[in-house]
Amino acid sequence: MLTEQERERIRAEATHYDYPQAACVEALKIVQEGHRWVSDEHLKEVAGLLDMSPEALDSVATFYNLIFRKPVGENVILLCDSVSCWILGYENICAHLKTRLGVELGETTADGKFTLLPMACLGTCDRGPAMMVGSDLHRNLDNEKVDEILGRYRQTPEA
Amino acid sequence: MANGSSMDKPLTGDLRSDGAVLDLAAYEKAGGYEALRRVIKEMTPADVLKEITDSRLRGRGGAGFPTGQKWSFVPMGENAPTPKYLVANADEMEPGTFKDRMLLEGNPHLLIEGMILAAYTIQATDGYIFLRWAYKLAAERIVRALAEARDKGYLGKNILGSDYSFELDLHTSAGRYMCGEETGLLNALEGKRANPRAKPPFPQVSGLWGKPTIVQNVETLCNIAPILRNGAQWYLGLSRSEDGGTKLYGVSGKVKRPGAWELPLGTTIREILERRARGMQDGHQFRGVLPGGASTDFLVEEHLDTKMDYGSVQAAGSRLGTGLMVVLDDKTSVVGMVLNLERFFAQESCGWCTPCRDGLPWTARILQGLLEGRGRPGDLERLEMQTRMMGPGNTFCALAPGAMEPLQSALKYFREDFEKLIPSVLSHEISC
Ligand SMILES: Cc1cc2nc3c(=O)[nH]c(=O)nc-3n(C[C@H](O)[C@H](O)[C@H](O)COP(=O)(O)O)c2cc1C
Ligand code: SF4
Ligand code: FES
Repeated sequence: MLTEQERERIRAEATHYDYPQAACVEALKIVQEGHRWVSDEHLKEVAGLLDMSPEALDSVATFYNLIFRKPVGENVILLCDSVSCWILGYENICAHLKTRLGVELGETTADGKFTLLPMACLGTCDRGPAMMVGSDLHRNLDNEKVDEILGRYRQTPEA
Repeated sequence: MANGSSMDKPLTGDLRSDGAVLDLAAYEKAGGYEALRRVIKEMTPADVLKEITDSRLRGRGGAGFPTGQKWSFVPMGENAPTPKYLVANADEMEPGTFKDRMLLEGNPHLLIEGMILAAYTIQATDGYIFLRWAYKLAAERIVRALAEARDKGYLGKNILGSDYSFELDLHTSAGRYMCGEETGLLNALEGKRANPRAKPPFPQVSGLWGKPTIVQNVETLCNIAPILRNGAQWYLGLSRSEDGGTKLYGVSGKVKRPGAWELPLGTTIREILERRARGMQDGHQFRGVLPGGASTDFLVEEHLDTKMDYGSVQAAGSRLGTGLMVVLDDKTSVVGMVLNLERFFAQESCGWCTPCRDGLPWTARILQGLLEGRGRPGDLERLEMQTRMMGPGNTFCALAPGAMEPLQSALKYFREDFEKLIPSVLSHEISC
């Protein structure tokens, strides 16, 4: 179940538009803020709030790379795999992350701390390789920097 | 009056070197919202349209359509449909492109003032800034700037005491390249999948919720206030080409100093690569460049003196695109780079039309086969056939033709790199 506060925020978003459906991506992001991903149950609740069928909402949800319809870890790592970062060493960074985390792309670590996902260009190509961890952008990556960054997120509990 | 640096660099001259944002007070101090004050009092929408048309401003989002002409298609007058919409395209997902981020993070009021002026010209009452999900810092700063502008009476009901009203909101997306395509963006804003729409009708006539809508790139909109502050003649004088203004150029890849810079429109590729990006990193040789993002044709050594403007880059066989270059060096695999690009396009294809939905993954598989030692005679011809099948006019939107540009030009300029990966016909016949 969504919390009353979440339902309220979603209703408020819907009032920004003449058609409530226009708020659906925002609504799904509100769900993810609290629950990390969008379960079938949450999807149905949101659809109800926005006068949409769950099928219609699901077809929008699955269109987007950043709406998760499967559980993800505490920290989602989005590693840029586009052209400039690829030239600057994406493959090495990716291999290093996989070894350090013990997962393949698309997987979540056993302790639930990290999910590793490839992501299209993060718009910081002059300072690649780049990745985001949650909302934080990290650039000019090398293996040492990756270790240091992972260490930081391992220590701090989820914000 | 604007200060010196913003007279020859209207987009970035006022940006702070420490990366902090220009708040409203700082923006006003640099001449911000002067244009709006004057336009609202002294100019009709038709006057503004004329000034923008005279400035020869063209779209900075990739397609390069003349901005004044685009606005002229919007129905005007008492019988025009309402509401009309203005949307800033801040989706910036073209791989290799990082220019709009700089403007959004550094000077959001420049975009907001430009949007109010553009909206006034087409008499739009509602607007959205369509921002990609990854730009978190930009989002924070835009929200704050919108609030500042509302408090000061620049936005909202009866702007600066006039009878013109305009509401502007931020919409953040959830990551998909197709959202940047103008009609896909409109579907996304309506809360639908970002599939493109058939044109005509064009959005200028029937766009968001069927109402007249202008979609404009962030950099394009950031030029509006400076043009109206200093005039079309001044704007034309900034450029080294037949079109007006400066352009944000940038370089990524194995160069010494990657980055982005505002320079006169029509600065040469050589000047940008050598003077701004300081040339190649030690031990790396230049082989080619995608001049305007992932969906533009490679240019090579012989094109280095090409001016980076719409006409010159086209004459050289490519497109100005977003103006942000990706450099290919001699230590990087051409085929690998093209595979990376085609995988991106295959993943981001919306799947609406067959040549794109099936052709892009097929293209990627052939390229991967080449790299994994499974190249076969005829592969290059098969790739060339794809570039024709996904060429302009054969698909519903420009994603697929854009995807073919780096491939077709790589096959032309770096053919030997591909051929090396195919066993010769002779050995193939023997092995059969
Ligand atoms: C697949 C695809 C993605 C696009 N992405 C963007 C984008 O992120 N930002 C942008 O301004 N234009 C993008 N465009 C171009 C837009 O369709 C449109 O031409 C542009 O926003 C118009 O603004 P302008 O005239 O100011 O350039 C894209 C086009 C295609 C085909
Ligand atoms: S060209 Fe590709 S992205 Fe564009 S509409 Fe067709 S399938 Fe969709
Ligand atoms: S290619 Fe990685 S940030 Fe653009």
